[in-house]
Amino acid sequence: MVEAITVKRRGALDHRLETINGVSLQPAKPARRVSLRAEPDGLAPLSKALGLDLPTKPKTSALADGRSALWLGPDEWLVIDESEDAEPLKDLAEVTVLHSAVDISHRNVAIIVSGSKAADVINAGCPQDLGLQAFPVGACSRTVLGKIEIVLLRTAPDTFRVECWRSFADYAFSYLSDAARGV
Amino acid sequence: MLLIHCPYCQEERPELEFRNGGEAHIARSRDIAAESDEAFEAFFFIRTNPKGLVYERWRHIHGCGRFFNAVRDSVTDKFLRVYKAGEPKPADVMKNLPEHSAWENIPPADQNVETPARDRVSTDGEA
Amino acid sequence: MATTTTKRFAATHRVAGKGRLAGSAALGFTFDGQTYAGVQGDTLASALLANGVHLVGRSFKYHRPRGFLSAGPEEPNALVGIHRDAARKTPNVRATVQELYDGLTAVSQNRWPSLAYDVGAVNNIGSPMFSAGFYYKTFMWPKDAWAKIYEPRIREAAGLGVAPERPDPDTYAQRFAHCDVLIVGAGPSGLAAALAAAESGQRVILCDEQPDVGGALRYESGASIEGQDGWTWAQAAAASLLARDNVRVLTRTTAFGYYAQNMVGLVERVTEHLAHPDLTTPRERLWQVRAKKVILAAGAIERHMVFADNDRPGIMLVSAARTYLNHYGVAVGRNVGVFTANDSAYPAAIDLKKAGVNIAAIVDIRDNPSSALVEEARSLGIEINAGRTVTGTDGRLRVSSMTVQAKSGGPARKVPIDALLMSSGWTPSVHLFSQSRGKVAFDEPTLRFLPGIYAQDCISVGACNGADSLDATVDEGFAAGEKAVRATISAKPKVDKGETWGGGMLGASPGSGPEQIVKAFVDFQNDVTAKDIRQAVREGMRSIEHVKRFTTNGMATDQGKTSNLHGLAIAAEVLDKPIPAVGLTTFRAPYTPVTFGSIVNHAKGELFDPTRRTPMHGWEEQQGAVFEDVGQWKRAWYYPRKGEDMHAAVNRECKTVRTSAGIFDASTLGKIEIVGPDAAKFMELLYTNPWAKLEAGRCRYGIMLREDGFIYDDGVVGRLSDHRFHVTTTTGGAPRVMHHMEDYLQTEFPHLDVWLTSITEQWAVIAVQGPKSRDILQSLVDNIDISDAAMPHMSVREGTICGGVPTRLFRMSFTGERGFEVNVPADYGRAVWEAIWEEGKKHDVCAYGTEAMHVLRAEKGYIIVGQDTDGTVTPGDAGLDWAIGKKKSDFVGIRGLTRPDLVAPGRRQLVGLRTKDPKTVLEEGAQIVDDPKQPIPMKMIGFVTSSYWSENCGRSIAMGLVEGGFGRMGETLHVPMPDGVIEVEVCKPLFFDEKGERLNG
Repeated sequence: MVEAITVKRRGALDHRLETINGVSLQPAKPARRVSLRAEPDGLAPLSKALGLDLPTKPKTSALADGRSALWLGPDEWLVIDESEDAEPLKDLAEVTVLHSAVDISHRNVAIIVSGSKAADVINAGCPQDLGLQAFPVGACSRTVLGKIEIVLLRTAPDTFRVECWRSFADYAFSYLSDAARGV
Repeated sequence: MLLIHCPYCQEERPELEFRNGGEAHIARSRDIAAESDEAFEAFFFIRTNPKGLVYERWRHIHGCGRFFNAVRDSVTDKFLRVYKAGEPKPADVMKNLPEHSAWENIPPADQNVETPARDRVSTDGEA
Repeated sequence: MATTTTKRFAATHRVAGKGRLAGSAALGFTFDGQTYAGVQGDTLASALLANGVHLVGRSFKYHRPRGFLSAGPEEPNALVGIHRDAARKTPNVRATVQELYDGLTAVSQNRWPSLAYDVGAVNNIGSPMFSAGFYYKTFMWPKDAWAKIYEPRIREAAGLGVAPERPDPDTYAQRFAHCDVLIVGAGPSGLAAALAAAESGQRVILCDEQPDVGGALRYESGASIEGQDGWTWAQAAAASLLARDNVRVLTRTTAFGYYAQNMVGLVERVTEHLAHPDLTTPRERLWQVRAKKVILAAGAIERHMVFADNDRPGIMLVSAARTYLNHYGVAVGRNVGVFTANDSAYPAAIDLKKAGVNIAAIVDIRDNPSSALVEEARSLGIEINAGRTVTGTDGRLRVSSMTVQAKSGGPARKVPIDALLMSSGWTPSVHLFSQSRGKVAFDEPTLRFLPGIYAQDCISVGACNGADSLDATVDEGFAAGEKAVRATISAKPKVDKGETWGGGMLGASPGSGPEQIVKAFVDFQNDVTAKDIRQAVREGMRSIEHVKRFTTNGMATDQGKTSNLHGLAIAAEVLDKPIPAVGLTTFRAPYTPVTFGSIVNHAKGELFDPTRRTPMHGWEEQQGAVFEDVGQWKRAWYYPRKGEDMHAAVNRECKTVRTSAGIFDASTLGKIEIVGPDAAKFMELLYTNPWAKLEAGRCRYGIMLREDGFIYDDGVVGRLSDHRFHVTTTTGGAPRVMHHMEDYLQTEFPHLDVWLTSITEQWAVIAVQGPKSRDILQSLVDNIDISDAAMPHMSVREGTICGGVPTRLFRMSFTGERGFEVNVPADYGRAVWEAIWEEGKKHDVCAYGTEAMHVLRAEKGYIIVGQDTDGTVTPGDAGLDWAIGKKKSDFVGIRGLTRPDLVAPGRRQLVGLRTKDPKTVLEEGAQIVDDPKQPIPMKMIGFVTSSYWSENCGRSIAMGLVEGGFGRMGETLHVPMPDGVIEVEVCKPLFFDEKGERLNG
């Protein structure tokens, strides 16, 4: 159990919220995030500790009980958990198999982009094919948006989660809203 | 903008996600401290820069983050083969090219729909 | 500008019952201040022609009056300025492309004082001076005159339009799109291809530069498809395509560039046709389309006839006159002549005649033109002059007559006309095919370059592939559409009736032959005549690429769409070579001009480049901090209080840190977490220092080299546990250090069990530096013993602060004072900062910025990589030999350090510099010499890398890289400056607390 922290938490995108041309841009809730690195052959105990099957196929993710694991590379996953009392880092602490788990909860900020033109908005700066066939629900990838790097996760046919580093969140949000005006 | 097949992501991705890493297959000596000046010069400063087939390193830096190697034709920019870091230099690059990928020379006969035969004299358009 | 008259001219040349704009809304517009009427659906060109206006511009070199040549994007002449408001003045807009909107304001270009009376037209009289190569030959000497006289004058005269002076207020958008089939051109062939491809359900994009689909069906009055007239069929086809989810139809969209791997650039004009565009709607949208297959259905462009004075207003392409009549309902004249080398002119003459326009005569250079069309023209009573040619025209601001003569010479006859239509045949639009690196091939019988060898997965169909009939274009398009999606579709559109085209000639027409001294224009926009091209060949140009550059043929904004083949044919004739042997100039993107706005698109203003701010930025702003840019970061530079200038603020901040304490935002420092059983081994390889024996909980200053032995980065590294390091890098070095580490880990040391994770932005970093730093933090840390005994200099602890906020607390110093760096998760950065600030106020602390940080570290001689090093500095040069693990057998850079040049004497070494006058502050970058009396150029033996006023030392301090510097202690050197030579004494780079006692409290 974490001690209740009384100090005020300030997000990078507090008070930013927009709906433009039917596309809503909304900062995601604070989340616990872990950058998990491991050899592909030692995943079973890590999967067990996390309570989901770490995906091994490129561009795919796994979701269980509000916890997502995104395949980012052959030995790299991004674990995201928005539940209040979730502690994925602690869940991994006892696993003895070779791995690296690093807390990046505050490193990343996420923007939820949703609406029928969500893919078009993201495609204003992201060069990947975001058609449902090429990038179905659950697909995820590290890629670029304009001049920054993002991690993109499709959570529904018309909803994406755009993760970026904290100091790039302003840029990402402004880029997406400029793009939404232009679709 | 080129499309580059990432051997780890197992699909073609836009060039914007990649960074070139210079010539491939230049191994750092395991006993580098003992290398002669000449050997170090060859290792650190000398690059082949050929016209034609180049073996080069790429990193899918804004994707899976992995380094890999590629064979590319420096005349046409075409990627002929990609392979994972650590794998040996492919010897048979010109053979076994994948069929009908975009950016491949395809003879007109396979491309054109039936059109009346015309007497065409070829010119390369860049006299 | 002339005063605007309010009278509206009647649309005198609109023909009742013709065209497709009947019943459209009436619009008003002005051209050169004169008000005119047009209708919705007009282009500026059609609306001006409806008002009988042909004169719209002056040519570039000779200032000759010019009118409309075409009705489309190939237009070389009718370039105007469109002025929306003070900021939005677009020059060189093709009036044939600009759609009319209510209130449109257009002005003519390249004329003064007015279009009808232009002083520059004197160039026309003096034209023998302005022959090909004129500029190359004339302005060679005297040399001085170039910069002072020739260039400014030429620049003033050069260019057609005037660029706007204010920033562009419009917005632009961008889209990456992917599809299975991209079809360029929505004429009959492209539409047929789209119908076939769409049926499969695959993703199809169909684009066309016109506002509507249909292509040549705009004017082809005889076409009938599926029982409908051609145009109606085309609109119905587009509607059926638009109704599909898998098809995107983009009109007003030009495919301007064909790049590698089927990437095609499109630019969509979103608001150019609107009277009152919403400023938040993008003016244009750039599409970067990646297509599995591309179908090029780009059509063909009609060529003019090359004959004397073929450029007078009123002389235009046959297809243009036909478009104005059949689409816009505008007759381009009342008594029209026709000059042709192929059949295409006949249906135009027939359409005009049937619309009540008198056809003065058709002049056909063919001896025996015979076809149903010729017969039909004859039966309508149109005079046909076969085997004859037009040798000239009259008329100053509008053509008034043409001179007709037999090709073989003989008596000439002047035929009065008010418009002249011309056609020498059709040039397939192979621009995009050629840009795709496909090789064109010359088709001898039809005198055309056609797609030959393909380089990419694309196919050309219809007129751009040499198809000569409506039947063939629809067939080719449909078949290509089927093939692209590998399906057989049954519903191929049936062509009931359609026209054919083909035939014609290239080069100068008879009567403007080699002996004639006349202006027979090949390239209208650049004023290149047949004579110029012949002259270029005579002066030794052999390659068409040289002829092009010598004459500027095809180098104007229209890129020679109508002129290139004529120019080539004339050059071939003079060279007496077959056309393919002379070659064809390269087609390059863009097909038509593209705005910078569309290319820049979103990347302007705040989106030009990311601006990175730390979690404490808001607090710093509230405190009145002045910020400096450090890469993409905004960093607090100094915090001026009331009445303080920068100097005073920095002095105060520096004093405060050394007397009580200061707090500093160090969040931008790069941070990397290195985890795994081989973490220490990896550190040993990437840094010069030894790491194996560093205990958990301790820190070390690390130096990273490149393989060549030069300093690449530095930073303090904390060992959190046996298998976990917390590495810091310079602010600017963070991304490249991460890349450098990953490179070695993945490709040279893949056997190591270790992973790297960037944590730069996970942790906000609050440096608390100064004698009171421990007192301040003492009451804030929850569970960490920060006493000197428990936590000495260069140690790190994990715990919590401020009631539970996780922290990685470093005891370290970049000031020489007792100091801490408090790392907390970024979202808590500001709150913890504020808590420290509140506590610190009890001790009279200050917040200090990067300038004070620089001064304080310079007082201690701590280097900044990139300021005191420049990529050619070794640890030895910087006095940091102690940081190299002497017992190590390998680390990146170990071999580079022993290179002969790196161990040779006389290297530049980092030393301290004390000015003789303590009040003088050296300039960073200033050059250092040994003997100031030596002759110029003096030998520079080094330069100043860091220099500040130090309030703590009561004097200026500086560091510099000086040849053999370590051996020069106490020597006097000189820094020559514009207002005198400054004397400096070489010293150790350490100006404050030489024994380093303050670090430990």
